[in-house]
This record gives sequence, structure tokens and C-alpha cells, in this order.
Amino acid sequence: MTVTENPRTYKYVGTRPVRHDGLDKVTGKARFAADLDMTGQLRAALVRSPHAHARIVSIDTSKAEAMPGVKAVVTGADFADLDPTHPEFDMAVNLMARDEALYNGHVVAAVAAVTAAQAAAAAAAVEVDYEPLPAVLTIDEAIAEGAPIANPTNRTLFSGDTEPSNLASVNEFGRGDVEAGFEAADIILEREFRTVAVHQGYIEPHACVADCGQDGKATIWASSQGHFAVRSKTAAALGWSTDRIKVIPAEIGGGFGGKTTIYLEPVAVLLSQKAARPVKLVMSREEVLRATGPAPATKITAKMGATNDGEITTLQSTMYFDNGSTKGFSALTGAMSVASYKLPNLELHAIGTVTNTARSAAYRAPSAPQAAFAVETLIDELAQQLGVDPIDLRLQNAVVEGDVTAMSMPHPKIGFVETLEAIKNSDHYNSPVPQGAGRGVATGFWFNIGEQSSATVNLNEDGTATVVTGSPDIGGSRASMALMAAEELGLAVDRITPIVADTESVGFTDITEGSRATFATGMAVVNACRELIEQLKQRAATIKSVDVEQVEWVDGAAVIEGQDPLTIPEITAMAKNTGGPLTATASLNAAGAGPSFAVHVADVAVDEETGETTILRYTAAQDAGTAIHPSYVEGQIQGGSVQGIGWALNEEYIYDSDGVMENASFLDYRMPVASDLPMIDAIIVEVPNPSHPYGVRGVGETGIVPPIPTLANAIAAATGVRMTALPMSPPRLLAAITESAGS
Amino acid sequence: MAQYVTDFMRYAAPTTTDEAVELLQSDPDARVFAGATDLIPQIRAGRPEPSLLVDLKRIERLVAVSHNNGTWTVGAATPTSALTANPEFSAAFPGLSEASGLIGSDQIQNRSSWGGNLCNASPAADSVPALVVNDARAVIAGASGERTADVADIVTGPGETSLNDGEFIIEFLLDDPPAGSSDAYLRLIPRTEMDIAVVGAAVQLSMDGDSVASAKVALGAVAPTVVRVPDAEAALVGSTLDDDALAAAAAAASAACNPIDDKRGTIQYRRQVAGVLTKRAVQIAAQRAKGAN
Amino acid sequence: MPRTHVSCTVNGDEVDFLSSDETSLLNALRDELGLTGVKEGCGTGDCGACTILVDGKVNCACLMFAPEAEGSSILTVEGIAQGDQLHPVQQTFLEGAALQCGVCTPGFLVAAKALLDENSDPTETEIRYALAGNLCRCTGYDKIIRAVQEAAVQVNGASK
Repeated sequence: MTVTENPRTYKYVGTRPVRHDGLDKVTGKARFAADLDMTGQLRAALVRSPHAHARIVSIDTSKAEAMPGVKAVVTGADFADLDPTHPEFDMAVNLMARDEALYNGHVVAAVAAVTAAQAAAAAAAVEVDYEPLPAVLTIDEAIAEGAPIANPTNRTLFSGDTEPSNLASVNEFGRGDVEAGFEAADIILEREFRTVAVHQGYIEPHACVADCGQDGKATIWASSQGHFAVRSKTAAALGWSTDRIKVIPAEIGGGFGGKTTIYLEPVAVLLSQKAARPVKLVMSREEVLRATGPAPATKITAKMGATNDGEITTLQSTMYFDNGSTKGFSALTGAMSVASYKLPNLELHAIGTVTNTARSAAYRAPSAPQAAFAVETLIDELAQQLGVDPIDLRLQNAVVEGDVTAMSMPHPKIGFVETLEAIKNSDHYNSPVPQGAGRGVATGFWFNIGEQSSATVNLNEDGTATVVTGSPDIGGSRASMALMAAEELGLAVDRITPIVADTESVGFTDITEGSRATFATGMAVVNACRELIEQLKQRAATIKSVDVEQVEWVDGAAVIEGQDPLTIPEITAMAKNTGGPLTATASLNAAGAGPSFAVHVADVAVDEETGETTILRYTAAQDAGTAIHPSYVEGQIQGGSVQGIGWALNEEYIYDSDGVMENASFLDYRMPVASDLPMIDAIIVEVPNPSHPYGVRGVGETGIVPPIPTLANAIAAATGVRMTALPMSPPRLLAAITESAGS
Repeated sequence: MAQYVTDFMRYAAPTTTDEAVELLQSDPDARVFAGATDLIPQIRAGRPEPSLLVDLKRIERLVAVSHNNGTWTVGAATPTSALTANPEFSAAFPGLSEASGLIGSDQIQNRSSWGGNLCNASPAADSVPALVVNDARAVIAGASGERTADVADIVTGPGETSLNDGEFIIEFLLDDPPAGSSDAYLRLIPRTEMDIAVVGAAVQLSMDGDSVASAKVALGAVAPTVVRVPDAEAALVGSTLDDDALAAAAAAASAACNPIDDKRGTIQYRRQVAGVLTKRAVQIAAQRAKGAN
Repeated sequence: MPRTHVSCTVNGDEVDFLSSDETSLLNALRDELGLTGVKEGCGTGDCGACTILVDGKVNCACLMFAPEAEGSSILTVEGIAQGDQLHPVQQTFLEGAALQCGVCTPGFLVAAKALLDENSDPTETEIRYALAGNLCRCTGYDKIIRAVQEAAVQVNGASK
């Protein structure tokens, strides 16, 4: 379902063709990194720390090296010695520990052998002498007075401090006068919220194959969100120049932010270099959960003031985000995501902590869901106390173009009000709440990013086209690229082949992150197409012996007054005689990524004797700017919603007192299964982004922001119990219901 | 983490119980399996490391289901999907059929078996409480021949059974339920599928009109082994399942729990929910038993 | 290392392979037979990415020892199309955008085919439970369920 104020009509953009890579993916032919085998290939295994924090006294690899089939062993000593201020220092240390193991599962050595079983056996034979050190496992432990230092190389970002600290970053920002805001308020609400670490949960474990030749040059086949980043990060970790590394993108089996960093490739390259043979390195699911990715645990206090007529006068919040073993920007992006309401008085403290747990990674709208949990819960309570409709209260305070973000930058043209109205007018919101159920609504915001992209469009001799980009396709972006090219060139979408090229076959392109691929890489494709059209017009002018100013490009053909139009196949057929092949390349650093807003509504039933929550109905509206391929926009909305639902209800990292993850399997790390869910009705709102030729806003991330507060608010409506800690699993919810009944 | 960190394992698929017994005698580190749905993840995790894997599924008796002279004989390696798909069996033991059908996804159902579910000796095994309330017996093969034991006596603790070295279960025996009786099994998992029971409750009732003639209640996942709850049974027998009787049975079930706090649930939660599920399972079993009159 | 000779039928072809005894059927299919459409997402039977049919029944290939395949008939995603004719679930997954990253897709297709083989007119709830052993992290399942519903319509249409 689409709610649109998008005035433009397109021939191809907005249609739903079968994706170009689809056939390979339904027949089993698509090649993900773990599916690739190179001639003479070895298999590798990693040795991981059993301690949450320990000094590595020594590593003896001699027994492992002597084992059958073993061809290479590497440890931290084999890697480049980066300065701690190097931007890739933490990434490099995370993929191979140096002086200290910083969390349970931290890699301390790696082995390559002829078979996977030999590699695993040899990895088990690597002898590491550890001196256990005190471990810091939680935000509270990290910030406690006199806490042990979790990571001695950590310095607090933005602080100028030179001493080690458990604070990764400290930011404060805001505007107005929050105290005055509270004085002007009739109602003040304050709560503390807690969330635990959760995983991105991509189904494909990390994998790569590396082949380092005797010339010291390496080829890497990798499943990643950005193969140029794999190249630059591998180069940094090894101290190599980028010309020594070629990265060929394999299909990627889900990333959600978790494959924007790397864990394996430099290790595989070094093993390959030592063994002089290709090396394949594949993580197990347990390794993925123990030692990659999670999104930060949080502790957020939020205090909100409002007048009796519903004006939110002020928000004051302190947000702690745990980065795990190394520093990151999670706290900053969490606080920045508080951008949906006018909030004349705002004070935000964003604090990142460092603990001896797995290094956190980006996860879809990084840190915004946790912040939204706090803010959107308080707004729901406010609506409840004021006795007003929760959407009306949000409409009253919603930001519009020109209002400022948390960072006090003006919002460009945005569609928050339109998205709120889409839910307000939806069939779901206008249907009665089922007997005994509760309904909750909440909103989400993500700013989206632009960054650097390149694209090349080649016209073939028969007038078909190839669109070459450097953006790994994590959710249907090849189809979107082809649709935009089709629209520009006036060429049927099935005559266009979109491909993702390796690092030596297309210009530099940043990671597929920040919901940027369709926006920024799409702009590069459009620019290349427009350059190509200029060439086509020139060729048409040459063919017809007219001035190029007399040629217009209309619906896929060169039109010259008084002459038959020249189609692309007609022009390309004569390319040899008019100047050679037709090809165009565009590169850009895209500005003007349009922010995206989402509004969700859910009806839930709670079994008050067992604490089980059943989602009866779920509707999600989101501003896509312009939906290039509506099916994949819906898919992003639905997928984000369900990841958020899992985060809200059952997903959690459970650590024991030694910092060992107790539930490192899909059995006990409980992601939603099909039978847990209803259909997710997706409403696409289209308020075009004026900074993009087709009005695109990134849609990948915002969908995960509202579900947590949406479900918390629905549970509150159903039970009267406000959940302020995640997950809202049956044991926790029943405990809260029982406690509430007793008090 | 350890991914097949073994010198090697051998695989054998005997076709008679005698061959299987011999194989087990030949190697003290041998391990029998049926569906291996527990064994393979355990091997992947580095425990255990058997030297010989004995696949029992090619022994005819182990995968046969029959119903003769008032007794059901169910091969210990029979996939649970074959039981849930058997209308006659599911009508006779609806609760046991449901419990069997809850062991994992459809993929798991084609591999999981009562023998494996029982001998893995997890306190949370779904089929075991339902087998216990139906007075199931196990026929066991060993070096000294066959013997029969009550299912209730097989598991002695988490991962521990009363089977002797080299013994394995051939088949299970179940007598037809008496007229006017039926069973029910409910479990609590955080999701709707693919989880291990946080609490399981099995109930078998015989009704005499509106009152309970006999009752059996067994709980899973709330103690080191499945627990029978005599106090709950006593509270139900003779009652018409009025609110007081149900509340007394629920309270007895909660009191019978000896649970642990773990990644799947808390002590408090397990106690509370054991009572709730017992009450609900009693109501379902009673409804069915009345229909079976 | 002892290796066992295994003979079975895979996607209609009689095949032989040698396998170390403790290796999973998943590894054998991928490494010995090159059927990399069968994916490993977890190795513990919790994600369904390695779903195959063994004698017509859904199984996780990661939960079988390779020698267990002796004498059986195995179907993987590579074998569900009939020549140049995609199976209805393959077609409806494509048309309905029921895949994003595509790594779980082979397992879903095999599980969906198995469901429709046994029940050509499943309810939404039946589909959701039949596919509960298959994890997808991209789609939220919505379009997958709809694609199976649409495939059921096509299967029924074809059989009438």
C-alpha cells in the first residue's frame, strides 16, 4: 500500500520487476563467500580466548605447526604494529589480539591446514599462557568508582585525555534551557531504561577466501557490505598499500551493519602468504554470536516535561551505550536520533563505555532503537496522562522542514507529519482494538547518509546496457540501480544488467551502510546515464549530420525535428563509425541524504498468567521519498520491523559472571520465527527528497527504530505495566505483572 | 567452537539388535543414536567424542509401530513425525502425540524419537512427562538380553540414565488408555517454535461422569528429572475440577518444582508457570476424557 | 582416517562419494558433491538453511552424518526445478520479492515444496508453522508466506 504525495509518474521507477540476481538465488547457484573454493585451497581455524580479560604471556605454536596438514600459523606478532590513534587500530586489534585478550572469544592465533578438521585440531593444540585480569562486563561496572581498566589502549574520544579510561566517548549537546522547560511544564515524567546487547543475526556466518601470491599481492573473495572497505581495512591491518589487495565481492547473506567491519580477511591473507596457498576461513554460528557484532547494551535515563495542552517543553537524557571491548560512536548516534520533536529545550549526554565483551558493531540505525525506547515510552505515558490520542500528541510536537535536529541542524524537507497521518488514517488504527488486547504506537527517525559512490554504465553493441557499481547488494539494490538507469535511458529494465564489480573494475565506493546505496550509488548511476545521454545525442547528431543542439532525448531515443527518431540500438550499432563504444562513468560524494521517519502500530495480547505476548496485528508506515522498487522498500520495512520485534521480545546476550556468552546458538538466541508473527502491513509514504533526482530517501534502517517502544506501549495498554527493560520476554513480563499486582 | 576436533569417529548401522549389542560391547566409547539432533550439536561443541557412532534406525524393531491386544509398541527410533501423523495413535494419546510433535521444527520431527528424547536425559524433554503419565515402559537391550523398565525410572539426572553401559532402548510399550480417560501436554517456550521447554506439564485423567476417577501429573524442566506430582493428583481425584481443586492442583505443582535459574527461565517463573500449565492441561485432559466416554 | 563409501540418489542422479564417518551430510553435499546451494547458517539444526528432502521428508543436512545417506533419495534446492521449468515456489519467490539476501532462500524453498507436496492448500498458520524451522532475518517472513500462498494457488490450479 502506498500513500503518496509524489507528483511525478515514471515508466520504470516504482514498478516491481523480478530482481536480476533472483534466479541464481532461487536455484542455489548464487555464490556466497563460503561457497567458493580455489585450487589448492587450505582451510583455517581460529584460536579464541577463553578469558574475558587476560594478558597474553606467551603463545607456543610449535605443537600446532607439527600437526598433520598444518601449513601456517599466525599470531598477533605477525600483524602490523598500528599506533593506537590510527582509525583502524581497534578493528585491527579486534581481529587478532596483541598484548591482551579483551573479551571471551577474542582471536589470539590462527591456523591453516589441508582440511578443516586438521585446522581445528591444530587450533586446539596452540598453547597460550594467559594471566587473567579483572574483567569489566557491564555499563555499571565500567563506570563504577575505581573500576579496573577494560582496555588499556582506550582513550576517551573527544576528551583529549591521555590516560586509559573505560569511557569510549563523552558528548553533550542541546539547546534552550531545560530547567526553564521543566518549570514551564505541568507534567514531568522520568524513567530509567535498560537494554542488553543483541545481535544483527544475519543467517550467513562471516566467511572469506584469500589468495596471496608469491608476488606479495592478494585476492580476497569476501561477503561484506563494502569490498572497498575490506580492502582498506585489510591494508591497514597488514600495513600494506592498497594496490597489493584486490577484493572480489561474493553475494552477502545479510549484514544489517554487522558486515561493515571485518574480522577475517587480514588473517586469511597472512595465512595464505605464509602457506603460499589460498586459504578459506569460515566462522561457525557460535563464533559469530560470541565474537562479532552485537549492538550495544544501554542504560538511559530520560526526563520529559510537557504542558497540559500537550506541548513538550523539554527533554533531558543521559544515555550510556556499551561499545564492548573498543571505542565507537554508538552513544553519539543514539543521542543524535532524538530528532523527531520540536523540543525547544534539550539536554543530551551521550556516553560510550568500554567493557570486556565483544566489540560492538553497527546494527541498522545504530543506537536509535534504544533511544527511541526511552523517548517514545515517555511520550506514550504523556498522552495517557493527558488523555489525548498518542498520534495527535506527536503531530502537535512533530518536526517539520526547518525545525532543528538534536544537533540543532535544520531538517530539510521531511515527511514525519505525512507518516503520522498515514497511520492515523490507516485501516488498522481505525479498527477497534480486539477484546482484551492493547494497542501501541511509536515513531522512529534515522538521518541516513550519502558518502562516496561510483558507477559506470556501458552500452553494448546491440543497445542493451550494463550498470556497474561498487555497492554490495544486500537487499535488492541491483534491481533499483537498473530501474533508475531504465528510467533515465528509456530502456526496458530487462535490457539492463546491473552488476557489483570488484575493487579493480569500478571506482571507489563506500560501504553499503546508512541506507545509502539506492540514494548515493543511485545518484552516480543517474549521473552516468545522463552523461551517456549526452554522448548518445552527440552520436545522433553525427549520424544525422546536424548540430547536437538540435537533438533532444525523448523516451529512449534521439529526436531531431523532421527526422525519424534514433533509438539506442540504432545508435550503438553505428558506434564504431561515430567515435567508438559508448560508456560513461560518474563518481560523487553525495550530499542531501533525506532523513526518513517511520510510525508503527501494533495490537498485542498478553497472557497475564504466563507473560507471553502475541502480536495480533502490526502496521508500519515509512517515508521512502520515492520507492524505486516498492516490493523491496516494503521488504526493508517488514524486515526492520521484525528485527525490532525480536529485540523487543526475546533477543538478548546472556553472559555468565566470567563474561562467557551462555546462549551462543540460534536455539537460545531467540530470533523471531515465522509462527511468532502476523503479516506486517507496510505503508509506503512518499515525500520526495529534493536532493535526489528521483526523490529517494534511504529506507533500510528506520524500520527497526519504532518496534521496541511500539510493543512496550501496546503491552502497557494491555496490562497496565510499563516495561522499561529489555527483552520483554515471558519471564520478565510475568515478573513485572506479578509485582504490579502485588503493589 | 571445536568443530569436529577428533581423531576420527567410525559409523556403523547394524540391522539387528544383536549386532548393535555386539558393537557396543566392542567399544566402550561407542554411542548409539537415532536422529542425532542432540548428538551432533553436542559433538560440535566438543562433548562427547565417541569413537563409534551406532545408528539404530536400520534395525526394524527400532522404527516399527504396532497396536496389538491392547498394547502399543513404538520403536525407540521412530521419528516423532510418524507418530503425530498416525491418526489412531493420536486419537488414543492426544497429549502424548502433541508432546511428541513439539520436539523441534518439521525438519527435527523427521529425526527426533522418544528413545533419543528420553536418553539425552534433558530435564526439558517434551515427550517424557507425557510418556510418564501414560505409564510407558521401555524394552531395553543389553549384553544379558532384554529387560523392561518404567520410563519414569530411566532418567536419573541431567544427562544421566539408569541404562547400563552398552544398553539401549529398543521400543516403548503403552497400554490402551482406559475408557473415559485422556491426556494433555502443555509447555511454555518464549517463541512459538524452535525452543526448549521452560516448563512442561503433562496430565492424564480418568473421568467418572463429572468427577475425576484418577489423575496423573508430571512436570518437565522444573527439576533435574521429570517429576510426578502426587499432591496435585490427590487434589484432583474425586473433585469435579472446581476452582478450588484446580487451584490446589496448581499450587501443588508449583510446590513440587525444584528448578534452577538459567538462560531459559528463572526459579520463580518456572514455579509460577508450572501451576498455570498444570491447571490448563487438567482442563484440556478432562474435556478430552469426557469426550472419550 | 577411515572413509566410508556412500551411494545414494541426489536430485535424481545416482552418486557415490567417500566420506569420513563423522562428517555431516551438509559438508558432504557441499564439499564432495559441490551442491553449495545447501547453506550452513548454524550447524545445529536451528536455522533450516541446509534443509533438504531425504526420501521426501524435510531434514537439516547438518544434523545427519554423511554415511546415513546410504541408499536414500535426496533432493536439494538444485533439484527442485523441472528442467527449464521453475517449481512454483521458485517462481512465486521471485515474483513476490520473497528474498532479500537470499542465503536462507534454498532452505525455505525446499521446506515450502515439502509442505505443498503434503498439503496443497495450507492455511497461513499452517504455512507459518511448517516454515518455523527456517530462519530469515531479512524479510520479516511476510513476503515468504505470501509467496507460498501464491504457489499453493498455482499448484492447485495445475492439479485441477
